[in-house]
This record gives sequence, C-alpha cells and structure tokens, in this order.
Amino acid sequence: MSDAIFKIFRGDRGGGKLVEYQVPIAPGMVVLDALHYIQAHQAPDLAVRWNCKAGKCGSCSAEVNGRPRLTCKTRMDALPLNEPITVQPMKSFPIIRDLVTDVSWNYRVNRKIPPFTPRADVEWKMGQRDVDRVQEFRKCIECFLCQDVCHVLRDHDKGEQFGGPRFFVRIAGLEMHPLDRLSRTDLLKNEMGIGLCNITKCCTEVCPEDIHITDNAIIPLKERVVDDYYDPVRWFLRKIKRQPKDK
Amino acid sequence: MNEKFETHEHDVLIIGAGGAGLRAAIEALGQGATVAVVCKSLLGKAHTVMAEGGIAAAMANVDQADDWRTHFRDTMRGGKFLNNWRMAHIHAHESPERVRELEQWGALFDRTSSGDILQRAFGGHTFKRLCHVGDRTGLEMIRTLQDRGVNLGIDVYMECAVTRLLKDGERVSGALAYWRETGRFVVFKAKSIVIATGGIGKAWRITSNSWEYTGDGMALAYDAGAELMDMEFVQFHPTGMVWPPGVQGILVTEAVRGEGGVLRNKDGERFMERYDPDKMELSTRDVVARAIYTEVREGRGTEHGGAYLDISHRPAEYVKRKLPSMYHQFRELADVDITEGPMEVGPTCHYMMGGIRVEAETAQTTVPGLFAAGEAAAGLHGANRLGGNSLSDLLVFGRRAGLSAAEHAKQSGQVTIEAQDVLEATREMLEPFERPAGESPYDIHRDLQETMHNYVGIFRNEDDLKKGLSELDSLKARAEDVRVEGSRLFNPGWHLARDLKAMLTVSEAVALSALERQESRGAHSRIDYPNYNEGWSKQNNIIARGEHGMQLKQRSTEEMPAELQRILEGQ
Ligand SMILES: Cc1cc2nc3c(=O)[nH]c(=O)nc-3n(C[C@H](O)[C@H](O)[C@H](O)COP(=O)(O)OP(=O)(O)OC[C@H]3O[C@@H](n4cnc5c(N)ncnc54)[C@H](O)[C@@H]3O)c2cc1C
Ligand code: SF4
Ligand code: SF4
Ligand code: FES
Repeated sequence: MSDAIFKIFRGDRGGGKLVEYQVPIAPGMVVLDALHYIQAHQAPDLAVRWNCKAGKCGSCSAEVNGRPRLTCKTRMDALPLNEPITVQPMKSFPIIRDLVTDVSWNYRVNRKIPPFTPRADVEWKMGQRDVDRVQEFRKCIECFLCQDVCHVLRDHDKGEQFGGPRFFVRIAGLEMHPLDRLSRTDLLKNEMGIGLCNITKCCTEVCPEDIHITDNAIIPLKERVVDDYYDPVRWFLRKIKRQPKDK
Repeated sequence: MNEKFETHEHDVLIIGAGGAGLRAAIEALGQGATVAVVCKSLLGKAHTVMAEGGIAAAMANVDQADDWRTHFRDTMRGGKFLNNWRMAHIHAHESPERVRELEQWGALFDRTSSGDILQRAFGGHTFKRLCHVGDRTGLEMIRTLQDRGVNLGIDVYMECAVTRLLKDGERVSGALAYWRETGRFVVFKAKSIVIATGGIGKAWRITSNSWEYTGDGMALAYDAGAELMDMEFVQFHPTGMVWPPGVQGILVTEAVRGEGGVLRNKDGERFMERYDPDKMELSTRDVVARAIYTEVREGRGTEHGGAYLDISHRPAEYVKRKLPSMYHQFRELADVDITEGPMEVGPTCHYMMGGIRVEAETAQTTVPGLFAAGEAAAGLHGANRLGGNSLSDLLVFGRRAGLSAAEHAKQSGQVTIEAQDVLEATREMLEPFERPAGESPYDIHRDLQETMHNYVGIFRNEDDLKKGLSELDSLKARAEDVRVEGSRLFNPGWHLARDLKAMLTVSEAVALSALERQESRGAHSRIDYPNYNEGWSKQNNIIARGEHGMQLKQRSTEEMPAELQRILEGQ
C-alpha cells in the first residue's frame, strides 16, 4: 500500500509549526492510528490524547483538514490522500503541546451547574418514553468538538459569558429529567448566556454522538427561558402541564 | 521539607478516577475527610467510561426469582470457587443498593414496562441481572459519579501521574506524582491512600484496554510492600474486533450475545454446541474465549482469524436501540452493518482478576494506610469474572474503601515524608532524559506485548512460561537503559518509559504465578495440566517483594460457613 503525508502541528504556548510525516497506509486505518505510528517511529514525544480508540471517551479531538473530529473515528480512506492531511489542535482552547489543548475551562463551567435534585418522596419509577429524550443528552462523551466549532467561543472568545453547546446539552439532561425539581433558567440566561446562541447548528453538525444539540436541547431551553422571563401566560400553562420546578 | 516541590495535603489520597476511585472519594468525603483524586487522563475518561453491557445487581426487576443468593452462587461458580467468599457475599448483598443510589444521583437506566430499572441476560448469570443503558452503561456511571463528586467538593488533580508511594516507617504517607502538562513534580501527603488504578491489559498485543492500563497501582503497591494475589488470572474476552488491523482487540460487548447473538465458525456451524451445549453463547467468558481460539487454531476461523458473531436475525430497529454503539462501531470502523450481517470477533485481553490483596470488609491491603478497590484489587472474581460484576464491584468496594480510608485517617496522627525519598523518586523519573544513548520505550513496549501474547496468553504451558520469564528478564535489562527524547512538557514517550516499569513488574508476577499453578482453572489454562487439581482448589498464589526480587508463596482460602456452603450447593 502507499503512503500518506501528514502535516501535524508541533509546538506549545510559545508557538509552533506544521511538521511533515510520512505514514504507510493500512486497511481501515484511522487518523489516530497514524498518530500512533508517528509516535512509535518518528516523533516519540508527539503529544496526543486518546483512551478508548472507539469513539466512546471523547479524548482524541483535533481538527483534521480544518474540521473538528474524533481522530479515532476519522477513516483515512474517507480523506483525499493526494494532498497532505493536516492535523491541528482544537482552536478554541489554549494549546498545551502539539495536539493537546487546555480544556480545563469546560470543567469550570460544569461546576456552575446545580446537580440533579429529585422531588421529595418520589417513587423511582419512570417510563422509557420519558427517559428516551434525556438519554439522548446523556450520550455526550465530552469531546468538546461542539465547543470548538461554536463561533461564540471560537471567534468571539466569550467563554466568560457563554457556557457553550456541551453545557446546554448537560442542562437539558437535568431540566428534562422526569424526576428533577430545580429550574435552571436563571443560570441559562445569566451565567450561561444562552441568548448568545443564534442557532447556526454548527455544533449539531460536528457532534460525533449525533445529539440534536440545537433542536432538542438549545431551542427547548431557550423556550423555557423565554417562558419564565417574558411570557406569563405560557409560563402559567407550562406550570400546569409540567410538574412545577423550584427556582 | 520539600519546599522545592509543589505539595498538597489531604486526609485521603485516591489514585484513580474510574468508578472505584470516584465512589471511594464520595464516601470518604461524606465521612468528613478531605479528599484528593489523582488521575492520568482527564476526568471522565477512565476505563469505566468504556464499559458497555451493564451492572450486575440482583434487583429482580425482570426475573422475580433472583436474589443475592443466586448472584453469590453465580459469582462463585464463575470464579471456580477461588473467590474470596466474603467479598462475593458482600458484593451480592450490596450491589442493588449501590445501583439504586446511582439512580438517585441522577443516572438514567433503561426501563421495564412498569417503570423500574431494566435488566438483561449475561454470561454466567442465572437470571436477567444487568442494569444497563443501551450499551453505554459505563458512561452513565462515570458521569453520575463525577458530577456528584465534583459537586460535593472533591479536589481532582487530572493528568497527573503517580510514580511512587512514599512511606513513613511501615505505613504510607503520600505519593510523588508529576503533572503531564508541565512535567513538574508534585508531592501528595496523606494519611490514607486508596489505589483504584484499574488493570494491566497494555502488556498484551491484542487488548480492549487503553494506554492507561499498565498496572501502575499494582506495581506501586508491590513496591511499597503490599501483596499481590491471583496474578495468573487474566481474562481474555471472547469477542474483540479482529479487523481492520487498527481496531484489533477493541471490545464487542457481551450484550450482543445477551441480546441473542449467535456464534458460528466459517463452516456456518454453531460451534458452542460442542463446548457448552446448555449455556451456548452465554457460557462464561473463559469457555467461550477458548472455544473461539480453538476453532481458529483448528482451521475453522473466518477470513481474518476469528469467529462470526451474528445478531442480524433480530429486527434492525431493536439492534440499533439496544446496541447503538456496536452498530456505529462496526459501521464506521469496519464497514459492517451488524443489522444485516455478522461481525468477525476473536479473543482480546480484557480484565485482570488478580491484583492487590485486600481484606474483604475494609479494602485494607497488607500495608497500613493503604487500601485498594476496583480492578486493581483481587479476590471478588476468583479465577474468572462474570460480565457486569466489575461495575458493581467498583461501587460496592469503592464505597467500602473510601469509608475505611476516611476512618483510618481520622484515627491516625500526622505523617511525615522523607525529603530523601522524594529526591530519589524524582531522580528515577529524570534518568531516561540524561542517558546519551539508549532504546526507545516504544520498541521495548512492542516486544513486551509480543512476549506476553506469545508466552503468557490464553493457553499456557511450562516451556512457554519459562521462555516468557527469561524474555522478561532481558526486557527489564533493556528498560533500565531506556532513553527519552524531547522536553518534559506532555511527553508520551517519557510517560511510557515509566509505565514500562510497572508493566514489567506485573507481567513478571503474572508469568510466575501462571508457571506455579499446575492446573487449569477459569481463565488460567495450562495445556500441560488441562484439568482441575484438588490441591490447588483452595490455594491462592501470593506475590510479594523479597530481598532478592519477586517472591511467590501460597495462601489457603478461608473455610466457608455452612450456610453459604449450602447456597453454593443449591440449584
Ligand atoms: C471496553 C470495556 C467494556 C467493559 N464493559 C463492562 C461491563 O459492561 N460491565 C462491567 O461490569 N465491566 C465492564 N468492563 C470492565 C470495567 O469497565 C473495568 O474493570 C472497570 O471500569 C475498572 O474500573 P476502575 O475504577 O477499577 O478503574 P478505571 O476506571 O480504569 O480507572 C483507573 C483510574 O486510575 C488512574 N490511574 C492509573 N494509573 C495511575 C497513576 N499512575 N497515577 C494516577 N492515576 C492513575 C486512571 O487515570 C484512571 O482514572 C469493561 C471494560 C472494557 C475495557
Ligand atoms: S447553534 Fe448555538 S451553540 Fe451551536 S454552534 Fe451555533 S451558536 Fe454555538
Ligand atoms: S454534545 Fe456532542 S460534540 Fe458536544 S461534547 Fe458532547 S459529544 Fe461532543
Ligand atoms: S480515543 Fe476515545 S473517542 Fe477517540
């Protein structure tokens, strides 16, 4: 089989450049295999994150030919091999080294979210239909690719005011949990800045778990915020339709 | 002391942020202890996240006849009665409560029609017992624990790797670690330490395990004077992917068989009929793995050297709903649509039954202040683990380890750390940079994997094991001269140089124990001793550090009380 040419970002906070590597192609190979090959044969200190190699842990995110992807699920035979494949770190996060970025900001945002808070004296019974909708959100593997692609973070650097799609997904999972009693609309409006999202759907497009981030999480959450803040009638209707939620 | 180094002081230090470590942290915190959790990867990426099939707990939501007695019996039978029966007893009793607790912390399991937690069939379990979320149960579990832990206020030090345990006389007093990001050292001072570092699969060529599974915790404990037990019992999961080459070893969950998947050889024969006609595909893992291996060796394997696993007789929608990640995994990585045709599968090194020897009730090791839980600890699973019994193990014994560690910390006085020990530990880490010449850690690792695969694999015999041990000796010598390039910033080669040492320690323990046990039991199959040997039925192999290297001895299992004995004899 022939070889593929890679151009991989090598560098750290002080700067860096694309470095070329040549890798023999094997059947079914993914980009992460190529990175491992380079580590074993050419650049033992190439910094890369990975764990499961099967799209389950969300560690191996990077930008392949400019697109945010899981490198363990990006097949080489799906890429044009007549030109070099570029692999760069996620742009929205500060670089640590090579393909490894500092994603600690995400963990700080996560800490602001009040936990699951069950209603008092619930019987722990739930129907699969009610659970289905929330299970979609709980599929999230925290690859942070949606955070990487979202222009509010990527181009406008609004990390202080904006939680990002990943955390809208997480909050949706709590808000729509059949037995949760808290309301997180204050948080969504004020600290998470959900209003800054203008529904471009870029996040949904890159999500490797096929979570319908915009349609199923963000839009319903935006509606809740609107209801709670601006529309007393709908707020009232929802109150009687849904179980009341504490604020 | 240690003004030179960043130092953190906590009552309890937990090494590992998988299910066991996080559950321990939550419990220790609940006891009022201050708790640090250290992990090699980012939080939420530990192996637990990859678990697929489910958590075993006798909740009897689907099969009402289930109860702890049957779970206890299944676990002991699966483990070929070498299990620590106290652990098996506690585990069967406490698992349902631990699962309910997860639900109350926000985990959302699949449901029965009456709204309870749904349970599925799995190999070796008499009843439908595995609580699950499709085939991503581990993700649900780790997210729930992680969110709860963070919310309660555990301090998490992520991408921070422990390289040595520090002692104050006989007891542990802390650990040296380094930040992967900067390569700088950090000292943790603690009254109690819990090891929850998981398994050792990366010492084999074909494995379902990630880069983290290098046996660090077992090697750290061994170096600190703790005992390792049952190291010959390494579980090869029958169904790993075999093609394409890059995904070789990646797990195909047992839930495929739990949901009705059928195994066939290249002639279309449902060969499990010849190996276990009663349980067929749902026989225990040791049996199914050997069956597939034998089919392939005798020329009845598939194109890429495996067996066919077929679930396509089930409705496509059902398969996609119950096994979504398998569906995607095969479609995206192997160009196979599992709703239409069979998967190719073969054995893969998966789980370590052996590990650090602990007391059943308290998770206490033989070293004061040192505790262990999860895959890093030994005892619950005996000679073979049943699927689903690991996730429940993490919850049950993670909790107990956290509890005991907090209590120990409460009762113990201040500990001290010797500056000399810290310096020596840092020196050991830096040596590979200072050598002007030497081998790459990647080459040594590759040869280690080859050695373990060829000589300490599914089927073993005396000649191979002896060859394996002598190879390990030369690998150890090569590792002494390993050389690392580049800087200390997030350097995977440097990291591997450290991991190699741990892998070599545990590999030697596995090979030594396997050579000693002259019988076949559970996951340990000796071609030269193909049967059970009564003499070994109540003996555990114990490994400890001696004056002249690794020492092996036997320890008799404890006599079981009559009432538990009766349960085992029941149907
Ligand atoms: C693909 C797959 C599927 C599985 N499916 C199931 C299933 O369905 N049901 C089931 O019961 N079991 C299953 N298992 C087994 C089960 O997932 C594992 O045994 C279990 O998750 C181990 O948990 P743990 O808490 O012991 O360790 P882990 O979750 O592996 O956590 C280990 C932690 O220790 C840390 N660590 C290791 N070394 C160091 C060090 N030197 N310094 C600092 N930190 C360190 C790691 O970073 C990590 O955080 C599966 C395993 C695999 C691989
Ligand atoms: S839809 Fe909203 S959250 Fe998603 S990428 Fe666009 S702006 Fe960002
Ligand atoms: S929502 Fe999707 S893209 Fe975003 S972090 Fe989760 S899995 Fe990744
Ligand atoms: S390595 Fe886990 S998602 Fe890619």
